[in-house]
Amino acid sequence: MKMLTPEEVVDSFNTILDGNLIDARIYQKEIAVKKNLYTSIWIHVKRESFRKAVEHICKLQEYPHLSVISFDDRGDSVELIYHFTIYYGHHLKALSLGLRVALPKNDLKIPTITDIIPGAIFTEREIQEMTGVEIIGIPDKRRLFLPEDFPEGVYPWRKDETGPNDMLRVLPGREGIKND
Amino acid sequence: MIEGKIKTSYTIPVGPIHPAVHEAIRLDLSIDGEEIVDVDVVAGQVHRGIEWLGINRNNPVQSIYLAERVCGICSTSHPFAFVQAVEQAANIEVPERAEYIRVIVAELERIHSHLLWAGVAAHEIGFDSVFYLVWRVREEVMDLMEYLTGNRNSKAMFQIGGVRRDITEEQFPRIRKTLEYYKTAFNQLKTVFLEDRTIRMRTKNVGILKTTDALRFTATGPTARASGVPKDVRQDEAYSAYADLDIKAITPDILTGTVVGDVYDRIIVRLLEVKQSIEIIERCLALMPSGDILTEPKIAKLLARLKKAEGEGVGRHEAPRGECFHHVRLQGGEETLATWKIRAPTYANLMSMPTILIGGQIADVPIAFASIDPCISCTNRAIAIDSRTKRKLVLTDKDLHNLSVEKTRRLKDKLDS
Repeated sequence: MKMLTPEEVVDSFNTILDGNLIDARIYQKEIAVKKNLYTSIWIHVKRESFRKAVEHICKLQEYPHLSVISFDDRGDSVELIYHFTIYYGHHLKALSLGLRVALPKNDLKIPTITDIIPGAIFTEREIQEMTGVEIIGIPDKRRLFLPEDFPEGVYPWRKDETGPNDMLRVLPGREGIKND
Repeated sequence: MIEGKIKTSYTIPVGPIHPAVHEAIRLDLSIDGEEIVDVDVVAGQVHRGIEWLGINRNNPVQSIYLAERVCGICSTSHPFAFVQAVEQAANIEVPERAEYIRVIVAELERIHSHLLWAGVAAHEIGFDSVFYLVWRVREEVMDLMEYLTGNRNSKAMFQIGGVRRDITEEQFPRIRKTLEYYKTAFNQLKTVFLEDRTIRMRTKNVGILKTTDALRFTATGPTARASGVPKDVRQDEAYSAYADLDIKAITPDILTGTVVGDVYDRIIVRLLEVKQSIEIIERCLALMPSGDILTEPKIAKLLARLKKAEGEGVGRHEAPRGECFHHVRLQGGEETLATWKIRAPTYANLMSMPTILIGGQIADVPIAFASIDPCISCTNRAIAIDSRTKRKLVLTDKDLHNLSVEKTRRLKDKLDS
């Protein structure tokens, strides 16, 4: 396996995604006494090329480590970030890679990646139940953490009207949390 | 998920409350006789919505203490990953001395957590004298943590931009005394766990996770390393003082020359990591630079800076159970975190559970499940339902524990005769 530098990784995305790469950033920081470099890469892609980007990551390292998918409610749209680690197993060579996809609120759909990375199943199930983003082709549609009797259409991680605001118990003498 | 050709007569839900795990989770085991043919993990019984509190209620400094309470055992790992994420988001420097103190505290935690696990593992196979021995040995590091931080657990050492308490020269002799104690105890534990024939019988070739499966199901920590995946955040990524220390991931072939990926290999990895932690702390004591321990000691000023900050960051830390991950975004003008996502190591390791258990026996469930050191919660009883008669057989915690103990006895008698 040939290991690319962070700049080469970004370039490789540029070539593969061909105009569907919205933004790419490299964050670096010197650490402790020896000033070794910590590196994290943030890649923002259009939804059309999302699967292509994941497949490309699997080419950089055959089994990239997917930590988790994080979710961010940005008002009109939501953001999913797939947090990968590539080049692990080598001393100080690992790169943290955040693959970002923005979805408009009126079309919350993203294809599954469990066929490429089977270990994505828990985090995809969690995203589906907590945020209302539909994962197309997910092999296991059940909830992961929420109980079976949790109401449909309420998504705990959302900050809009579908959030869990009506379910909160406000203690006497306290004000409820207001979401603007 | 069950193929038509496999005849399943029973489904045994182990959990949500059960002795094999320390917190609530349910395993639905489909069994054919004594053999497990399918496993489904049902989680969520202890979901507390901690991220929601960090996003809607707490300021980032309050969230450190919330992160500390994600887990009662790795109470250093979550704040460690969390402060790194916030430091990256708000671009806050950490003094070099603080990086070393963070590592010392984290490694002490690894020692206590691995010993806690070793005790539980011995108990699961009915070897209670070893359980008492290991937990007695563990007390020494608990005492040291109390001496250094004021508490046995939930140590509140971490702060954004450093640590809250210094470890001074005067405290070094007390730390070295504990490390010497563990060097002696290590040899004893090694003999007990790796050479005792009962332990070997119950753990060798039990609960195997192959290398490719560990990779496909994104296993992490000792579970992945015991399957031959040399993945260790302390080795892979430059973070905190670990970047200075040339850490090497421990895989079982260091000791045995081969990787099987069974429970025995997971014992080897954890045992050797206790020794590795002792060495790391010794090197930290030798290399620790002098200087400040906090970039911004005034909390009000720190909070004002965090309120203005705009950006996002990730933090990873190699917790005793594997990679602990936090993602944080800060938005200018907002007092709370804009987003916060936590991924604890067991979240990733649970996906390997079906592979580990399928093909094994019911009596191996406690030790095989405990072998990933799951951090969820404990199971008090299991209900077996006969699918033909719909009759419920309730297996209490004692029943299941006894099944495991009996198996050990049976194997032992067989060997003695």
